[in-house]
Amino acid sequence: MGTVKQFRPVPEPGAADAAPRSGTATSLSVRSVDLQYGGPQGTLALDRVSFEVPENQFCVLVGPSGCGKSSLLYLIAGLHEVTNGTIAVNGKQVDEPGRDRGMVFQSYTLFPWLTVRENVEYGPKRQGMDAATRRAIADRFLAEVGLTQFADHHPSQLSGGMKQRVAIARALANDPDVLLMDEPFGALDSQTRGVMQKLLLRVWEHSHKTVLFVTHDIDEAILLGDRVLVMTARPGRIKADLLVDIPRPRSMDMVLEPEFIALKRKIIGLLHDEIDEEH
Amino acid sequence: MKKKSLFIPFGDIPGRIVIGAGVTVWVALLAAWVLVSNAGVVPKMFLPTPQAVIGAAQELGGDGRLLTHTLASAQVVLLGFFISSAIAVPVGLWMGTYKVVQAALEPVVNFVRYLPVSSFVPLFILWIGIGIEQRVAVIFFGTFFQQLVMIADSARSVHPDLINASYTLGTKRSEVVWHVIFPAALPGIMDTLRVTMGWAWTYLVVAELVAASSGLGYISMKAMRGFQVEIIFLAIATIGLLGLITDQAFRHLRTRVAPWAR
Ligand SMILES: Nc1ncnc2c1ncn2[C@@H]1O[C@H](COP(=O)(O)OP(=O)(O)OP(=O)(O)O)[C@@H](O)[C@H]1O
Ligand SMILES: [Mg+2]
Repeated sequence: MGTVKQFRPVPEPGAADAAPRSGTATSLSVRSVDLQYGGPQGTLALDRVSFEVPENQFCVLVGPSGCGKSSLLYLIAGLHEVTNGTIAVNGKQVDEPGRDRGMVFQSYTLFPWLTVRENVEYGPKRQGMDAATRRAIADRFLAEVGLTQFADHHPSQLSGGMKQRVAIARALANDPDVLLMDEPFGALDSQTRGVMQKLLLRVWEHSHKTVLFVTHDIDEAILLGDRVLVMTARPGRIKADLLVDIPRPRSMDMVLEPEFIALKRKIIGLLHDEIDEEH
Repeated sequence: MKKKSLFIPFGDIPGRIVIGAGVTVWVALLAAWVLVSNAGVVPKMFLPTPQAVIGAAQELGGDGRLLTHTLASAQVVLLGFFISSAIAVPVGLWMGTYKVVQAALEPVVNFVRYLPVSSFVPLFILWIGIGIEQRVAVIFFGTFFQQLVMIADSARSVHPDLINASYTLGTKRSEVVWHVIFPAALPGIMDTLRVTMGWAWTYLVVAELVAASSGLGYISMKAMRGFQVEIIFLAIATIGLLGLITDQAFRHLRTRVAPWAR
């Protein structure tokens, strides 16, 4: 029974909290999920992974490289199939991709033949919304990520950070129940990263989507998350489930607060154990 | 002021040098031709003078024969090319998208692809006769299998995460070919069409050498029998010129239908 399955009821929000914190209804549930690549003889990428994410929570996943974070997101998105176990979103079992699970990828995945606005309209268009409605949606989310002026540009004319902002707008425009983000800022320089983190914080305070966010960057994890799941090295298991008890709205200065540093130290310790074990 | 080198790998060069370099080579070739043909070192029977070719152009152009034969050739090439493309684009997309279509077609395609088109000519004459259909069939055979393989490659090289992203946005499996793979592969498809259009012109003479009664290949064959080498030169120049025009047309078309791709 090595599986860590710690469902914590999320505590009442602190006094500083204006926005509602995580709800009590479970949005995403991952139960005893195994993933084996390349048949029974192949690589075991995930080993009995279980956790639940309540509605409106910003949940961050950290772990050593190759521990299966991307794989887990692809499974939840329905892009890969689990070997064992079940995944459910809002009580509905996942067996194929669907627009209830939006995803922002680490690689740039904007459609190069569409303009920025058309990219954001893509999901609403697939749903059959009329032109005026989907344009209004696209313009709203483009404003949200600060790219109104670039609506008629093609992705090839944008910087890396702008592309990921469009990707976020595109995912949100489809109004998913869960937003999956696989190191969306991983390819950006540290300055752009900081700008993107601030932007994501702001956007999230507005939408309060349920988010599962993968990152390598521990500061980013604590800054953004309500909760941090730490994974073991391959095969990936959930090693620790930590609550980030830092009030929102968050800002960059918080990286110097004692609670922040204490949590960071803890996560670094957990990750170092994993990396040491591997070598 | 330091002069910028023209030999920087992938480096840009000024527009006037682009034009100048191209013109220089042409002028050099033509000058060499003028000199060699007029010097009388090569018998006129083998190498006509430019004046003779221009004379032939005036004669055949004047009485409309050049136009008639050019149109006959263009008709064959365009017909063969368009029929081939109309089938190769969708089938190539399926072949690049679905492994089962690839598994089914690839062995046959790769067998036929390496056969010289000329080896089919006797067979086509036997089967189809000597009408325009036979010539169109030759062009079709020369281009179709190459197009299929290249278009399938374009489809296969679409980044999987582009398709994954479209799934997470609500695209159904059955819609992916049309909504994602086709537009993503479009620049590659346009390049394939442009390159294979050039090949289609090169099969023209093969198609017209035997059993044709019109076309640029046909007048070349007839001129060979009558030792009118200037007409052969004229036919070759005309084919080259048409190739150049269609190539430019396809380049233009590509920037029109896929302006986002460079
Ligand atoms: N398609 C595949 N076939 C076989 N093995 C795979 C496949 N995809 C991933 N793996 C393996 O599964 C393990 C987990 O990969 P995954 O990409 O999910 O890790 P990750 O935690 O996202 O790593 P990173 O932090 O480097 O992005 C790795 O060891 C990887 O080599
Ligand atoms: Mg990854």
